[in-house]
Amino acid sequence: MRVPSWLRSDRAGLALLAVLAALALVVPALNLLVAADHPLHLSAYTVTLLGKYLCYALLAVSVDLVWGYMGILSLGHAAFFALGGYCFGMYLMRQIGARGVYGDPVLPDFMVFLNWTELPWYWLGFDQFWFAALMVLAAPGLLAFVFGWFAFRSRVSGVYLSIITQALTYALMLAFFRNEMGFGGNNGLTDFKDALGFPLHADSTRIVLFLLSALALAGGYLACRWLVSTRLGRVLVAIRDAEPRARFLGYRVERVKTLVFAFSAMLAGLAGALYVPQVGIINPGEFAPLNSIEAVIWVAVGGRGTLVGAVVGAVLVNYAKTWLTGALPEVWLFALGGLFVAVTLLLPRGLVGLLRRRGATA
Amino acid sequence: MLTCPLVRAGFLTLVFAMALLAVPTPARAADDAVARALLAQLREADFSDKARLVEQLAALEHPRIATILKALADSRLYYQEAENRAVIGLDDAPTIAIEDAVGGAALGQAGKRDLEKITANNRLRNLIENRLASLGLASADPGQRRAAVQAFLKNPDPAGTERLRARLAVEPDAGIKALLALALALADLASPEAAARAQAATALGGRLQPELRGPLSRAAAEDPDPAVREAARTALTRTEFRLQLLGWAETLFFGLSLGSVLILAAIGLAVTFGVMGVINMAHGELMMLGAYTTWLTQQWLPVNWSLPVAVPLAFLVAALAGIAIERGVIRFLYGRPLETLLATFGVSLILQQAVRSIFSPLNRSVATPDWMSGTIALGPLEVTLNRLIIIGFCIAVFALLWLALQRTRLGLEVRAVTQNRAMAQAMGVRSARVDALTFGLGSGIAGVAGVALSQLTNVGPNLGQSYIVDSFMVVVFGGVGNLWGTLVAGLSLGVANKLLEPWSGAVLAKILVLVFLVLFIQKRPRGLFPQRGRAAEA
Repeated sequence: MRVPSWLRSDRAGLALLAVLAALALVVPALNLLVAADHPLHLSAYTVTLLGKYLCYALLAVSVDLVWGYMGILSLGHAAFFALGGYCFGMYLMRQIGARGVYGDPVLPDFMVFLNWTELPWYWLGFDQFWFAALMVLAAPGLLAFVFGWFAFRSRVSGVYLSIITQALTYALMLAFFRNEMGFGGNNGLTDFKDALGFPLHADSTRIVLFLLSALALAGGYLACRWLVSTRLGRVLVAIRDAEPRARFLGYRVERVKTLVFAFSAMLAGLAGALYVPQVGIINPGEFAPLNSIEAVIWVAVGGRGTLVGAVVGAVLVNYAKTWLTGALPEVWLFALGGLFVAVTLLLPRGLVGLLRRRGATA
Repeated sequence: MLTCPLVRAGFLTLVFAMALLAVPTPARAADDAVARALLAQLREADFSDKARLVEQLAALEHPRIATILKALADSRLYYQEAENRAVIGLDDAPTIAIEDAVGGAALGQAGKRDLEKITANNRLRNLIENRLASLGLASADPGQRRAAVQAFLKNPDPAGTERLRARLAVEPDAGIKALLALALALADLASPEAAARAQAATALGGRLQPELRGPLSRAAAEDPDPAVREAARTALTRTEFRLQLLGWAETLFFGLSLGSVLILAAIGLAVTFGVMGVINMAHGELMMLGAYTTWLTQQWLPVNWSLPVAVPLAFLVAALAGIAIERGVIRFLYGRPLETLLATFGVSLILQQAVRSIFSPLNRSVATPDWMSGTIALGPLEVTLNRLIIIGFCIAVFALLWLALQRTRLGLEVRAVTQNRAMAQAMGVRSARVDALTFGLGSGIAGVAGVALSQLTNVGPNLGQSYIVDSFMVVVFGGVGNLWGTLVAGLSLGVANKLLEPWSGAVLAKILVLVFLVLFIQKRPRGLFPQRGRAAEA
C-alpha cells in the first residue's frame, strides 16, 4: 500500500497512528487475556476511561480544525458533542424497550413519569440504529451549518463569534433542562441496557467501544489532516491569517467557513455518540459553557494548528483531571485556571510547538 | 365575610397596635370609677348582659378601653377577688404577670388560682371587633381611622353603617373620605332598594381593593334585579380593565428591575470590553467578590449600616483585583483578544475556587437592611422597596460613570487612548497607567454591582457565572464602546424578558431572548448603536 505524500511528511501524525494501533492491540489483550489479579491487568473501568479520553481527543481535533486552521474560536463545540450524544442516547433509550422501570414497550421511563401517552415526533425512527447513526452526524452538522451560514455570511468574527457560540450552548443547556423538551430534563437519558443487542456492561462490549473510539479518532485525524493538506486547507489558513485578503482574491470565505465548521461539528457529534454508551449517561450538563472552554484549553495546551497537539493536550489534561479530582479535588480548578493563564502567557504554541522548536534549534 | 379566626386575630392585633400608638390622655378619676364599676358587673353577667356592658364600655371615652376589650376578646381579662379589681394577664405561665386593667400599672405576678377569668364567646368577640373598629373611626390619628375603615371593608357590619355615614360628614382627610364612601357603597350593596344597590355597584366599579370584588361579582350573578346585575357587570369590567393596566405596570416595573440588574452587571464590562476592547471573562467573578465583600462587612457592622460601607469597599476590592489581573495577565495580551478571553477565563476559575476554599462552597446569606425591606405604594402599584432602590442605584452608578468618563482627567485620557493610542502617547499620556486605571474602574463597578446583586440573589461561588453570558449580550446588543447603548440594551432586554415570561415561562423566555440576540448580532454585528468614525475601524 502506498502512503500518500500528505501523510508521509507528517511524522507526528504517523507516530500518533502508531500509538493508537498499539493501544488497540495492547488494551484488549491486557483486559481480556491477563488474569484479573495480575498487576498488568486493565480493569473495565480503565478501558472505559481510556475510551473516554479518546472521545475527548476527537472533540479536541474538531476544535483544532476550526480554531487552529481557520481562526474561529468556538466556545460552543461541546454543544455539538452533546447533541451527537443525545442522538445516540435516544437510540439507546429506545433499545431499553419494555425493560424500563415502568415497562412501557415504546415510551422511555421519564415520559411515562410525565404522563405522556405518545412518543413525540422527533423521537420517531430512533429505534433504528442506521437512523440514529445518521442523526449523530446530521443533527450537529445541520445546526452548525445553519448557525455558521448566518454568522459567517454577516461576517461575525473574532470575539463576537466566540461569545455567540457560547450563548448558543448556554441556550441549548437551558432548553434541555426543561422537561417539556422531551429529552429527560435534568436527569437526561440514562439506564441504557444494550446497543445492537450487545449488553453495554459486558467487558467485551466495552472493548469494542474502545476500539471504535480509537478507530474514530484515527479516522477523524486522517480526515482533518487530509483536509488541511488540500487546496481547501490552504484557503483555511489564508482566511485565518488575512480574511479580507482571501476574500478579495475571490474565495467565497463564508462558504468555506460554513462547510468546515459543519464538518467539525459532525466530528464532535461522532465523539459524543461514542462517549455516551461508555459513560452510560447524557444530561444537559454536557452543554455547560465550561465544557466547551475546557475543550479549547486542551487544544491550547497541546498546541493549536497541529492536530496532533489537540490529541496530546486532551489526553494529558484529562489524565491530570482524573488524577487531581481524585487526589486533591480542591486543587483541580486552581490547576485548570492556572493552566489557562500559563498556556496563553508562556506557551502560545503549546507542547507540540515547544517540542518542534527544540527540534529546530538542536 | 371574613370568618377565619386567624385573620380576625391579625386584624384585632392591628387595631390594637394602632390604639396603643395613640398618646394616652390623663384619665380622669370619674371615668376610671365608671370603668371599674362596669368591669365589676362584667364579672357577674351572663353573655347577653356582657354584650350590653361591652357596648357601654365602648361608649366610654377612656384611653384604656381598647386594651381592655382586646384582652377580653383574647381571654386575658381576669378578676382579682382579693383586691377587688380587674386585671389583664400579660403571659400564660402558672403565675401570670398582671397589670391593672383600668389604671394600666404593672402589678407583678399572681397565681392562676387567685384570678377568675372573665370569659367571652364568639358573638362577644365579633362585637368587640366591631366596636374596636368604631373606636378607631373616632380617633384623632388618621392612620387609626384609615385602619378602622379598612377593617370595615374587610368585614362589613350593617350596624356600623350609621357610624360610617356620620363620620363621612365630618372627616377632614380626603383619602379617608374616599375610603369611607367606598365602605358605604359596599354596605349599600346589601340595601333592600334596587336603585341604591345599582348606584352602589356603579360606585364600586374600577376600584382595586380585592375585598370589593367578591360582593360585586356576587351581585352580578345573584342579584334579583336585572338592572343591578347589569350595573355590577359593568362595574366588574371596569375593575378588570384597571387590574389589567395594573398588571402591565407591574410587568414593566419587574422588567425595569431586571433591566437595571443587567445594566449594573454589564456596565463595568462596557468599560473594559467596550472602551478598552478587552474581553474579561472574570468579570462575573469580580461581581462575586463585591457580593462577598458585602457579606464580610455584615459580619463586622450592623446590617443597617453595612451597605453604605460595602459599596466603596466592594469598589476598592474589585478594582484592586482588576488592576492585579490587568498588570499580571492582560497587559501581555493586548491585541490578542482570543488569548485574553482564555487567560481571563482561567482567572475566573481560580477566583471561583479561591472563594470556594476560603468561604465554603455553600451560599452565604446576605441580610437586607430594614430600610430596604418591605413594599411601597406607587399609586395603586405595590412595589418592593429593594428593587426600587436598586433601580435608583443603577441610575446613580450609570450617571457617576458617565461623569467620570466625560468630565475627569482620567476619562479624557481613557477616551484619548481608546481613539488613538499612539497619538495619545505622543501627547504625553502614560497609556499603560491609563490601561490599568480604566480596567480598575470597570472592575470596581463590577464589585459595586455585586453589592446590589447580593440583595437580590444568593451569594455563592457561582454568582458570577450566571451573569457573564447575559452581560456580554447586553454590551454587544447595545453596541460596543457606547455607554448609552448599554443602558438602552439592558432596559429593553429586561422588559422583553418579563413581557415574554407570563406567556412562555421563565426559562423559555430567557432562551427566546438569547436566540433573538444571536440572530440580531448576525444581522447587525455592531449592535444597536454602532460606533462611527475612525475609531470604529481600528
